[in-house]
Amino acid sequence: MKYETVIGLEVHAQLLTNSKLFCSCRVKFGSEPNSEVCPICLGMPGVLPVINRRAVEYAVKMALATDCTVNEKSVFSRKNYFYPDLPKGYQVSQFDLPVAEHGHIDIELGDPRKDETEIKRIGITRIHMEEDAGKLIHGEGADDKDISYVDLNRTGTALIEIVSEPDMRNPEEASAYLKTIRDILLYLGICDGNMQEGSFRCDANISIRPVGQKELGTRTELKNMNSFKFIRDALNYEIQRHIDVIEGGEKIIQETRLFDVQKGVTRSMRGKEEAHDYRYHPEPDLLPLIVPNELIEKARGEMPELPTEKKNRFMDEYKLPIYDAGVLTGSKEMAKYFEESLTASCKLSGIPEEEKPKQAKITSNWVMGELTALLKENSLDISECKVTPKSLAELINMVSKDTISGKVAKDVLGEMFSSDKSAEEIVKEKGLVQISDTGELSAVIDKILSDNADSVEKYKAGKTKLMGFFVGEVMKATKGQANPGVASKLIKDKLG
Amino acid sequence: MDNLLLEKATIKELSKKLSSKEISSVELTEAYISRIKELNEKLNCFITVTEDKALVAAKAADKRIKDGSDITPLTGIPISLKDIFTTKGVRTTCASKMLGNFIPPYDSTVTLKLKEAGAVILGKLNMDEFAMGSSTENSAFGVTKNPWDTLRVPGGSSGGSAVAVAASLSTASLGTDTGGSIRQPASLCGVVGLKPTYGRVSRFGMIAFASSLDQAGPFTKTVEDAALMLNAIAGHDAQDSTSINEPPPDFTEKLENGVKGLRIGVPKEYFIEGLNKEVEDSVRAAIAILEKQGAEVVEVSLPHTEYAVSVYYLIATAEASSNLARFDGIRYGLRVDNGEGLFELYKNSRDAGFGAEVKRRIMLGTYSLSSGYYDAYYKKASEVRTLIKRDFEEAFKKCDVIATPTSPSTAFKIGEKASDPLTMYLSDIFTISTNLGGNPGISIPCKISNDGLPIGLQLIGKSMDETTLLQAANAYEKHSGVGIITPKL
Repeated sequence: MKYETVIGLEVHAQLLTNSKLFCSCRVKFGSEPNSEVCPICLGMPGVLPVINRRAVEYAVKMALATDCTVNEKSVFSRKNYFYPDLPKGYQVSQFDLPVAEHGHIDIELGDPRKDETEIKRIGITRIHMEEDAGKLIHGEGADDKDISYVDLNRTGTALIEIVSEPDMRNPEEASAYLKTIRDILLYLGICDGNMQEGSFRCDANISIRPVGQKELGTRTELKNMNSFKFIRDALNYEIQRHIDVIEGGEKIIQETRLFDVQKGVTRSMRGKEEAHDYRYHPEPDLLPLIVPNELIEKARGEMPELPTEKKNRFMDEYKLPIYDAGVLTGSKEMAKYFEESLTASCKLSGIPEEEKPKQAKITSNWVMGELTALLKENSLDISECKVTPKSLAELINMVSKDTISGKVAKDVLGEMFSSDKSAEEIVKEKGLVQISDTGELSAVIDKILSDNADSVEKYKAGKTKLMGFFVGEVMKATKGQANPGVASKLIKDKLG
Repeated sequence: MDNLLLEKATIKELSKKLSSKEISSVELTEAYISRIKELNEKLNCFITVTEDKALVAAKAADKRIKDGSDITPLTGIPISLKDIFTTKGVRTTCASKMLGNFIPPYDSTVTLKLKEAGAVILGKLNMDEFAMGSSTENSAFGVTKNPWDTLRVPGGSSGGSAVAVAASLSTASLGTDTGGSIRQPASLCGVVGLKPTYGRVSRFGMIAFASSLDQAGPFTKTVEDAALMLNAIAGHDAQDSTSINEPPPDFTEKLENGVKGLRIGVPKEYFIEGLNKEVEDSVRAAIAILEKQGAEVVEVSLPHTEYAVSVYYLIATAEASSNLARFDGIRYGLRVDNGEGLFELYKNSRDAGFGAEVKRRIMLGTYSLSSGYYDAYYKKASEVRTLIKRDFEEAFKKCDVIATPTSPSTAFKIGEKASDPLTMYLSDIFTISTNLGGNPGISIPCKISNDGLPIGLQLIGKSMDETTLLQAANAYEKHSGVGIITPKL
């Protein structure tokens, strides 16, 4: 039988607020355990929560970015359960009245390299605000292997949970959805998106059903997937497991399963019978959250251009291929770098507006090609790149003006990357200016032609492909400084 | 110092004597401490006496008075706090084994406000464990005795706070009222007990029983003192989101305005079967006194009163079950760890740490919040709560203050109701609605019964209108002829 997979995702995004959701403790990763805490986040007797206004603003921004309706009134509820990382014995979250709901995002599927892409709309059920729990560290040493330690630094950190509709049909869609959500969060600057440190986490609800069947199959919930690869692996494993169970004539049990990273399998964590009864009820220590229209309008006014908008603009304004536009808008910083470099190079060469697209593609090739390769090699982020957008523009313009050849330019970029020198300085210092002087090149060509008399014969006999060989020899002889266009014209004339 | 002075001592009078340097705060504090040493064994109203800290505070107050700067009516006045208010560096137990050794690193907002006003804190007072009870019998530190008859309960849960004032072991004290826990013990001990409007006083640092109902308030010998105490503790607190963001008035301002022209509402639902005859007669007599002073007495109806006790025990226990989850033996408080794992640690710590009534309420609350029961219990109760609130709004269209008995009976015998929780829960039948509505309420002594026990009159005010409430209470106090009543000890 053919099956269809149904996936819904719950993303927890830690908000980049300076302080926690309900107290003034710093939000800081990697501090000494239990150093970023106070009586409030420790859940000491008698303490009370006060909502962090910035966190509300961030949640509203995410709501606007995902076309959700912001509820003027939402309610915090207590989710009750016992665990040592939860000091109050309940998590303050939102339950029946979340801050925002009924939104959607568009994800891109297919291969943009082949220009074969399609857009799919994924529904966002709701976005709600909640506080994070702490962390348990289980003893690893020989003498404390039975001991668990509690670190409450993360306790009370502001999270938003973004819950999707069960609109995804395979792990690739799930992956594209997650990437899109993450990109939006990063563009908004409200989450650092770090999956290893847990500031961007994802749980998946997954089920399968025979193709054509309307009602959903029994779902399982997957947890503990802290990379895109693990998410795909876990989903693929779970799909096959569902098929195997059903084909084996058995039934899927509704349960929560943990992904075992080492073994690449999912494993039952707790079944429906053991499922917590969270006894949600309105949090009496907080008034209902009122989001006034002014706050929404203020957030709207502060909204940056989002990844999809930017990508579409790059395609419209610069006529870039979808693949280039996608890569260049892959991060806010990359897009900014590209645009700054493009602007600088148009200004340097006095390129008119209508020729901007041509320069855009040239700039795109440099940014996506050589520059990205160098960054990768050095494990650097574009924001850490020593070569400023303006310096790159200068280099690109030296190539456009035939001052240096493209080949030399690549070496110059490498040099710029590891030194503080400009392209011009390097070219001058090393005498790399391109040779376009016909007299100078003529002498070099004459020597090459006479040294390769047999090739000359073959060329004359019709093997014109050898032109490449001759030009190559010229480049070799001039250490890449020859202008290949000029050289090939001269050769042609001489062999004419 | 003369015991008689302490027995009649009010904040107002002592404050005058302190400013005129007739007495010093140190002398006063020493006098109270020695009286506590003499009587606490018999009454068991203090859990912790902070003699050293009190004397330091008294010295500081004397200096403030000497310097003549920054003096408030509470500067140098010895008071004490129900052991539910956190006190920085001083054990705060909530009368529970669970917190038997808990020393908070922070002050509750009211503790801080009283300290800043220059009050001298003598110690921490006994109560029903986690404020759950109406008799102060549910304390891990033993029963507090009613000073009018030590075989009887002082009421609860703020029994220690009522006794500290009734027995003149403090000029005033602070308690909390979730369903009557200030007014009922005030009534049973013959003192004034005021529960302000919900949100009038910050709850920060007050160990929560039922967050949507809890409110702090004073025990005093006079209505005027209650107003002075409220002046010191009221006001918005940025640390308590539910505290009302409105500057409080001076609550003493209209005390002497009398009741002429005020409409006193008498709800028929409060004069019911089971109400002690002598209590009923006294309260009706009290209402007649108000009428004689020029108040207009009108009959009002609070039709959902009969549901109040049920609604209260669903909502309060639900919130309590969640509020008390933090006492898990992990970070502070009692831990019983037999090395059998996490679940056993929770179970054993909570089993050993909580008393029977606390466990009963946690179970009730857990049940009413459980999936499948939530709609029928917690949710339904919340809906009825809204109706009760509306009852008050409607009634207050016809009157300015409502007059009722505080408690259906006078102080009962220790042990009398302890084995019957339902009967015990009915002790709060006249006070609970006020908490559900969020309204302010006050209990004032109105008679000493034939068998020598105090009877209290309850006045209930409009939400946020403590001013009129105190005005009416003060008028009654002035004309009732009851005066400050003190038990023989």
